[in-house]
Amino acid sequence: MDFSFSEEQTLLQDSVERFIQNDYAFEARQNNVKDEQGFSGGNWKTFAELGWLGVPFSEADGGFGGSAIESMIMMEQFGKGLVVEPFLPTVVLAGGALKIGGSAAQKEKYLAGIIDGSLQGALAYAEPQGRFNLADLTTTAKKQDDGYVLNGYKAVVLNGPAADVLVVSARTSGDQRDTQGVSLFLVPANAQGLARRDYPTVDALRASEFTLENVKVAADALIGEEGKGLPIVEQVVDEGILAIGSEAVGCMEVLYKDTVEYCKTREQFGQPIGKFQVLQHRMVDMFMEHEQSKSLMYMAAMRLDEGYTAEAQKAVSAFKVQVGKSGRFVGQSAVQLHGGMGMTEELRIGHYFKRLTTIDTLFGNVDFHLKRFGAL
Amino acid sequence: MKLALSDEDQAFLDEVLAFIVRHWPPSTRRPLEAAAVYPEQRQPEEAGWFDALVARGWSVPHWPVAQGGTGWTPVQRYLWDRETAYAETPRMDAYGANLLGPLLCAWGTAEQRDRFLPPIREARVRWCQGFSEPGAGSDLASLSTRALRRDDKFVVNGSKTWVSGAHSADWMFCLVRTHAETARPQDGISFLLVDMKSVGVEVAPIRTLGDQHTVNRVTLTDVEVPVANLLGQENEGWACAKALLDLERVGVARVAQSQVQLGRLKAFAGTFTQDGGTLQESPDFRRKVAEVEIDLAGLEALELRVLSQSGSGELAGPQGSVLRLRGAEIGQRINELFVEALGYYGLPYPEALLIDNEGAIGHDYALPALQGMLSSRSWTVSGGTSEIHKNSIAKALFEPGQV
Repeated sequence: MDFSFSEEQTLLQDSVERFIQNDYAFEARQNNVKDEQGFSGGNWKTFAELGWLGVPFSEADGGFGGSAIESMIMMEQFGKGLVVEPFLPTVVLAGGALKIGGSAAQKEKYLAGIIDGSLQGALAYAEPQGRFNLADLTTTAKKQDDGYVLNGYKAVVLNGPAADVLVVSARTSGDQRDTQGVSLFLVPANAQGLARRDYPTVDALRASEFTLENVKVAADALIGEEGKGLPIVEQVVDEGILAIGSEAVGCMEVLYKDTVEYCKTREQFGQPIGKFQVLQHRMVDMFMEHEQSKSLMYMAAMRLDEGYTAEAQKAVSAFKVQVGKSGRFVGQSAVQLHGGMGMTEELRIGHYFKRLTTIDTLFGNVDFHLKRFGAL
Repeated sequence: MKLALSDEDQAFLDEVLAFIVRHWPPSTRRPLEAAAVYPEQRQPEEAGWFDALVARGWSVPHWPVAQGGTGWTPVQRYLWDRETAYAETPRMDAYGANLLGPLLCAWGTAEQRDRFLPPIREARVRWCQGFSEPGAGSDLASLSTRALRRDDKFVVNGSKTWVSGAHSADWMFCLVRTHAETARPQDGISFLLVDMKSVGVEVAPIRTLGDQHTVNRVTLTDVEVPVANLLGQENEGWACAKALLDLERVGVARVAQSQVQLGRLKAFAGTFTQDGGTLQESPDFRRKVAEVEIDLAGLEALELRVLSQSGSGELAGPQGSVLRLRGAEIGQRINELFVEALGYYGLPYPEALLIDNEGAIGHDYALPALQGMLSSRSWTVSGGTSEIHKNSIAKALFEPGQV
């Protein structure tokens, strides 16, 4: 048992941390948000040049052979900077689906582009009626000629506006919520019959609603076996949870530290408000929530690193529950202790609070993962 | 003990309900979506409601009868507040009608009452409140905006922050320092009425979470205010401020508003599906709604208890602070549950829901739900933070004679 990072992992953490400190101050981040595409293309190029976009992929696939641990390391630092560049949708989600279920030909076709930064991806897995149930699908894929025809609707697809290729979950057989009969398809963004409605999200990312009307794809667009796509999506989503949960841990660290600093300098009644014990205890609680979350983050990463088992799934759900509860407490407390200033768009506090709020929803909220944890 | 209304109060309630149905009929009520999106815009039906209120003499029930009040008992005032909240009628400008009006009645000169009260009573004017400053929040008495007496004028310099509605207000009542060297910071403060059209008044918006604009920074540079606009005695404005802060604690439990929101939450949850059923059928979600409903029932019971025991109807003292604190927390919780109900459709950015003519993304109610959740965080900050209110409750517990 060893909770310390290897030398390479420490170097990776230092390199991302340095980038956040030097190139991702809050003002720079807000400029990236205002970019037409919602993130900085220059930063994306830098990520590629530094090799970050290839970290989770095997060396055989052109990557650096990293694991869940490396993903955790990077995302925690990204969380500290509230990074808006689409590492999660392109590398962790779309890239993850290819890594887990893709054929040699598919990997060859797409992974090189993801790793060198020239290709953007997205995972279109959610549907309005399904809430957090990954198997609840009304989007269908029917065999036709030597390919498939897709029809349906996909909700809140992160990075939808920039994506060159989508990984779409659709039902090839079975009833609406059957665990069997789910298949995954690679759909180019410019496919005939694919319509998109773009919008920003409350945490300043970009997403789209997609309508698929008789979208034709070739047989080789199928990821893995027909009807056996659900386990792939589940694993991708669990890796996604580790990623956004790690981001949340980074957010919480910033929030409790910023709050401590603010309470040291903000004076009322002739003294720094941090002298008041009632506020000190609130900040201690914030710190404790962060420590709990960070510890479960390590557990989830190490479990996933050991293999995708029921134990790993449990560790991921436990982490998600903790992050949901802690994120709400830490976010709300940071706003409360900053008083009116915490409510402004000007201060970064509120932006971390908003990100923590959406992280609680993304890939299933506290209720959903409590239930999943209990059933596993 | 009995819960039922007296015959007299029941008759009063019937009269109120008839008035509301006549002047704010369900058919003119805008859907909540629109009300929440455009709170600043007064619709024609709203003007009609205010006209009816003024004509009936019900626009400022809590003022002294001589100044246009109704002389209602505390129970009658409660019934009025509750029923208008249930019906979601337009609200009188709170700063003028609820806060400044009663102060003017108690502390104003005859000239000030004649000049300032009628426009408030007739809903023709908007007021805002200039209390907080960048350096004076919870510690309000440390404020540093200066007013120097020059002949029959004060010359005011300084800046006020978190001023709600300053961008659409005609007047601002504010606290200024007229004497710098006093033993206690509370001494040397005066209460001034400032015309927002005065030279030297600048209003800058403060964008709050969800990119909303309700509060502002107001900068005052050499603003001349006639001495006639001084409320109360010079250097004794703190007494006015304290009386006003007590008024701010009245009727702030938001019980009726929360009950309306809770009913809407249940209906809302019924429109989301989960595993083939609706969210409203989910035991997890029902349990959370039930929990907040019971909290709210407790709050309502406390409010009624305080009401039936206080001859004056004033809720000053620790129970008033309890009502405010619990009311804010319950309101925040209901707002959180709305966003939780939205699931993934809690993600689209509020303004994105209004980008084009294709309608909202996901759900019509997503916009008010999200903005409501974000802005409700201020309920435990503005008008005194929860921590400050708890301090005053603690003071009442530990030094009962001092309050």
